[in-house]
Amino acid sequence: MRIFASLKIAGRALRRNKMRSLLTMLGIIIGVGAVIGSVSLTSGATKQVEDQVSSLGESVITVFSGNFTSGAMRGGWGSAPTLTVADALAIGGLKNVVAISPEVRDRAQVLANGLNWNTQVMGESPDYPQIRNWSIGSGTMFSDQDVRSLAKSAVIGRTVADQLFPNENPIGQTIRIRNLPFLIVGVLAPKGFNLFGQDQDDTVVVPYSSHMHRITTRTFVNDILVQAANDKVIDSVQNDITDLLLTRHRSKEQDFTVRNQLELMQAVTATSRAMSFLLAGVAAVSLVVGGIGIMNIMLVSVTERTREIGIRMAVGARAADILVQFLIEAVTLSAIGGSIGIVGGVGFSRIVAYLKDMPTVTPVTWIAIAFISSAIIGIISGFYPAWKASKLDPIDALHYE
Amino acid sequence: MYHTGEVDVHAVRGITLEIFPGEFVALMGASGSGKSTLMNMIGALDRPSGGNYLLDGIDVSTLDRDALADVRNEKIGFVFQGFNLLSRTSALENVEMPMLYNRHRIPSREQYERAMHALELVGLGQRADHHPNQLSGGQQQRVAIARALVNRPSLLLADEPTGNLDSQTSIEIMGVFQKLNDQGITIVMVTHELDIARYTRRNVILRDGNIVSDMMVASRLNAENELQQLRAAQQAVKLAS
Repeated sequence: MRIFASLKIAGRALRRNKMRSLLTMLGIIIGVGAVIGSVSLTSGATKQVEDQVSSLGESVITVFSGNFTSGAMRGGWGSAPTLTVADALAIGGLKNVVAISPEVRDRAQVLANGLNWNTQVMGESPDYPQIRNWSIGSGTMFSDQDVRSLAKSAVIGRTVADQLFPNENPIGQTIRIRNLPFLIVGVLAPKGFNLFGQDQDDTVVVPYSSHMHRITTRTFVNDILVQAANDKVIDSVQNDITDLLLTRHRSKEQDFTVRNQLELMQAVTATSRAMSFLLAGVAAVSLVVGGIGIMNIMLVSVTERTREIGIRMAVGARAADILVQFLIEAVTLSAIGGSIGIVGGVGFSRIVAYLKDMPTVTPVTWIAIAFISSAIIGIISGFYPAWKASKLDPIDALHYE
Repeated sequence: MYHTGEVDVHAVRGITLEIFPGEFVALMGASGSGKSTLMNMIGALDRPSGGNYLLDGIDVSTLDRDALADVRNEKIGFVFQGFNLLSRTSALENVEMPMLYNRHRIPSREQYERAMHALELVGLGQRADHHPNQLSGGQQQRVAIARALVNRPSLLLADEPTGNLDSQTSIEIMGVFQKLNDQGITIVMVTHELDIARYTRRNVILRDGNIVSDMMVASRLNAENELQQLRAAQQAVKLAS
């Protein structure tokens, strides 16, 4: 097969009909543009949600205490006091567990600097910033020694710092929680709002031991944060925790719940993924319509160019040469159309992202898929017209009016 | 240069026709005389249902579709009544076209040189970049002749080449054919115009699929002389008025 010559012939034929070539490509341009544009925007949205979820921490497993049932009244998760600090420390000894933090939560009015503020007071271990993937903005985190000595030291969130110490460095200052003075040793870096719209920076973190013995008097924790070594071992670690706690609690029924952040991620991103598949499906339909457009124009083109085909056959074109010429024309049209569509789709999503302040991701996989499928559509939709052209009888084609 | 062997035709109704290299033959006859069938067969566009057609030593009657295409490409140059040039395509690209279908790849530079040479041969070297709609009928037919010559065929086959042209342009085109024939190119031309046939060397007349006459042209016209006379006559008419 004389591919080089065929390319030259097809290229010349396309250049002879610039306007029609452009109109033929339009369907594919719009189809591919729609695919790339919609996928860029929806995967941008998905990416945003995923980022928010992963801001909760990497490879994090949360153990909630079970539900409390009194007579016919059943409390929700975390209502029953079943988890202890000892449970948390035992989990810390499991394989592939890199950090733990027993978590106790309370809302309290805090005072400092002549101002007061109602905020969430959390009791955590020194591993808390690592687990939550949250860095200390200034100062330090309290230490294990602080946990052991029930130290009155605290790390505060950005919002609390802004509310109680406007224009002042809070480190070294004292904050009063339930009338107890705590020394501020660090300020957490700003983290913003979480998935549920809560201000994560509106918090005061103290050693869990201090929280449980000084601020409140309780022996059970609300939940335990566990960080696994990586996402691959997260399932086995989750099973180990379940086994360990069942043994420790000596209960047949599971009085706790173990959830990991991957599950949360899946739940949250499921919707946006479904949306992006829906959009991609709609866009794929328009791609197919574009392919039908190419087939139509190529069929018209074969009829219109019957005499040209006759001339080519008269000067020695084989049936295969004619077939390849029309196939290359169709594939070239759809591939060029696809490329323009890709550029257009990426450009469109960038513009929308810029104007609407939305995130956008350039989907490399989808660009490859769109390009390859437009070339395939070119082959499929070009084949029948090309085959028809190649079956023409040279004598009939030459005398076609 | 363009003739490499013997052209041998057995066609239509048990008739035998032999055409030798360097001949310039006019096939004549009314419609329905079998002229077109014979023409299609000589041009390897069609195969005879019986009998043999030997072109340049090759038995064309046994070839398949692809092989026929190759024979057309290498051995035959077509010139049609309606010129049949590709529109919106320069004269040069039109002339290059048959070389794109050559079995052996011809380098682009050689394609260009051969196409230019063929255009110069028909006196259109200066108009290589013109499109058909920028050329007169006579010029378009010259491009078609250049296209027919570019693959150095054994046989130039012209189907009513002057049918769409006025008489003066017709004589000019016959002049081109005569010049090519003088250089040794074999030409078979289908025509129903007697005065056009007088520019050839041999006239074959068909009727109902039979050859009714096959003879050498006695008083062959010379296109150059005829053109001079025509111009002189036109001059005289102009002077008289």
